[in-house]
Amino acid sequence: MDLTLSDRHRALQAELRDFVTRHGHRSPPVGGGGGRVRPDRRVLDWQALLIEHGFAARAVPRQYGGYGAEPDVLDAAIITEAFNRAGLSLGIQGQGIRMLVPTLLEVGTEAQRRRWIGPTIRGETIWCQGYSEPESGSDLASLRTHARVEDGHFVINGQKIWTSSAHYADMMFLLCRTEPEAPKHEGISYILLSMDTPGIEVRPLPTMTGHATFNEVFFTEARVPVENIVLGRGKGWQVANVTLKHERMLLGDASKLMHRVHRLRALLERMEVDGVPLIRKPQWRERFLRLQGEALAMKYHQMRLLGEAARGEEPGLGVLIVKYVGTVLAWKLTALAVDALGDAGLPYEPHDDVGEDDEATGWYADHMYDLGLIIGGGSSNIQKNIIAERGLGMPREPKIRAS
Amino acid sequence: MEFGLGESQRLFDGALRGALAERVTPESRRAAAAAGGDAALWQGLCELGLAGVLVPEAQGGSGLGMMDAVLAAEGLGYAAAPTPFLGSGVMAPFALRLLGSPAQGDEFLPRLAAGEMRVAIAFAALTGTTGACDLRLQGGRLTGRVTGALDAADATHLLVALPGGETLALLAADAPGVALAPRRSVDRLRPLADLEFDAAPAAILPGDARRVLDAGRVALAAETLGAAQSMLDGAVAYAGQRRQFGRAIASFQAVKHACAEMAAALEPCRALVWYAAHAQDAPEPEARMLAAQAKAHLDEVGREVARGATEVYGGMGFTELLGLPAWFRRIMANRQLLGGPERCRDDAALAQGMS
Repeated sequence: MDLTLSDRHRALQAELRDFVTRHGHRSPPVGGGGGRVRPDRRVLDWQALLIEHGFAARAVPRQYGGYGAEPDVLDAAIITEAFNRAGLSLGIQGQGIRMLVPTLLEVGTEAQRRRWIGPTIRGETIWCQGYSEPESGSDLASLRTHARVEDGHFVINGQKIWTSSAHYADMMFLLCRTEPEAPKHEGISYILLSMDTPGIEVRPLPTMTGHATFNEVFFTEARVPVENIVLGRGKGWQVANVTLKHERMLLGDASKLMHRVHRLRALLERMEVDGVPLIRKPQWRERFLRLQGEALAMKYHQMRLLGEAARGEEPGLGVLIVKYVGTVLAWKLTALAVDALGDAGLPYEPHDDVGEDDEATGWYADHMYDLGLIIGGGSSNIQKNIIAERGLGMPREPKIRAS
Repeated sequence: MEFGLGESQRLFDGALRGALAERVTPESRRAAAAAGGDAALWQGLCELGLAGVLVPEAQGGSGLGMMDAVLAAEGLGYAAAPTPFLGSGVMAPFALRLLGSPAQGDEFLPRLAAGEMRVAIAFAALTGTTGACDLRLQGGRLTGRVTGALDAADATHLLVALPGGETLALLAADAPGVALAPRRSVDRLRPLADLEFDAAPAAILPGDARRVLDAGRVALAAETLGAAQSMLDGAVAYAGQRRQFGRAIASFQAVKHACAEMAAALEPCRALVWYAAHAQDAPEPEARMLAAQAKAHLDEVGREVARGATEVYGGMGFTELLGLPAWFRRIMANRQLLGGPERCRDDAALAQGMS
């Protein structure tokens, strides 16, 4: 175990300290239950500043508008840690930036990269993800939205659901069935399309947080040029797996968990019952310390995974557990927070920029949104199948034969 | 930066695990449980260098750190091995290195590295014991009693923590005024002893004795990690072989999800234990908090895995036929040693300024 950082990484830390001091006040607020609105001017300016300093789109090549650094997992971890510790926004975290950009870098055409990556990382083009359908949730590959080819266009019909940010997105990356005769995984294509395309209707789907963070999207004879396909017809499942790989690592970010642990401790020190701060009451302290232990394990586990990734080791069980453990732990932390807020925490006024001005609403919105994260991106029950089958080598359930 | 094991650590780990797989069997555990220890096993492991991991090279050891010690502890836990490693391989050399005078180091450390000196550990004064602890030190002589000393089988010496945490006393087990009453324990492979002193002559190690406790806690956490990992690996393998309703029970989602939850809880523990060990060597400002949290967290996760893995085996897990209870009892007893999880979390709270 040698935890001394290289000169280069120490220089990066110094750069970050300097950045936080000089520009920290320009950060938009953090938290409050996920991105719900289109980035405003302040968010876009902050994003531009981050890219300019290499703290966003760091490993995106320069010719596509990124900072153009060599990909380095430790760089990314050092940056995330510094921003989370300072309570600053890490910039736009939409599905376009987190999922589409890495996907295009891996399997997109040169023209697609040049056209889409720049505006996406700058936050000018907002994407939504057209994956889940009412009848295709965990069994995503059974999806039925389909497209036929006509005059150089895909003509799309069907319905998507759980589509975050569809109500303000400019574009969608869509999975749909283009090869109806092929086996289910081989009949799917990955298509990029404008949300302005005639024949697309977005209906908001209100959730328990009180926000319409999700939508249903209906396609009726929506026409999209065939060159908008990524990788090729019937290759959509392959492309989606590239995307999901990037999503699962993100949903269990340990420095975010540790930041939440710090905020939670501050809350327990501030909240008083009968004149005694909760942190001095044994039952509250015990609950806090148990969760702190779990979070510490995830913090150092992530350092271990970073080391393994930096050495180019194949990801195994250690990576497969991150989404499940991280999202459940995040939920348990906000559960303690809302308990600490008690009855005085019940007034709930959700609005689009819940920040420090309304802490109770912020914790509740996070708490409910966290449950969404446990379910979304491969639900916990599916994660447990994956951990058991791919991580522990246990056999799959026998297939039920249609009789 | 390199978080994890180095090449020499991998080799050492492999050699130790190989030796343990060969030497520790259900029969050898039964014999050790009856005899109160396995002297031949410890002698063999000393030849591999296990007793000298923390002893400086100048005194005949390999001069390594807590990271290496916890790797060994994890391997010993995985094998449910009956050894006095915690006392003689971790806490005693750690105490002498940290708090002993050069003369004390020269007197005791070479004998520890050679495996000639075996040290029982009585830290009840610092761990919130529910047993007896009434100790007084006057003019280099120890008087009083303390219950639950660990690794006391064949002990040649006793390391006793005095109340207040600023003094350790090191005594010869055969010194005048020392009485040692062996006690069988829940963990048959780690017998305990009650100690009584009547003006017994003691060498004094002054300084922060709690750092020795911290090192012991991390080693216990590592041992529990190894024991729990062994139980989980065994349960997954057993589920793959055992057939009911015409299929391996490992293909039932109920069994798979139980194993997945155990793996999800256990896998992050490894890095926590590694880092907590690393912090004891540094030592970092967070070292005490991390030692206490690592012990508390492994106490909790270990118990859940011990129960869940045993359930996967069904009735067989409850019997002695497969020898599973050796691991179960090790995890159960480790939880109470050197302070249970509630006590450890109290210490973790104090260490981070919550009073």
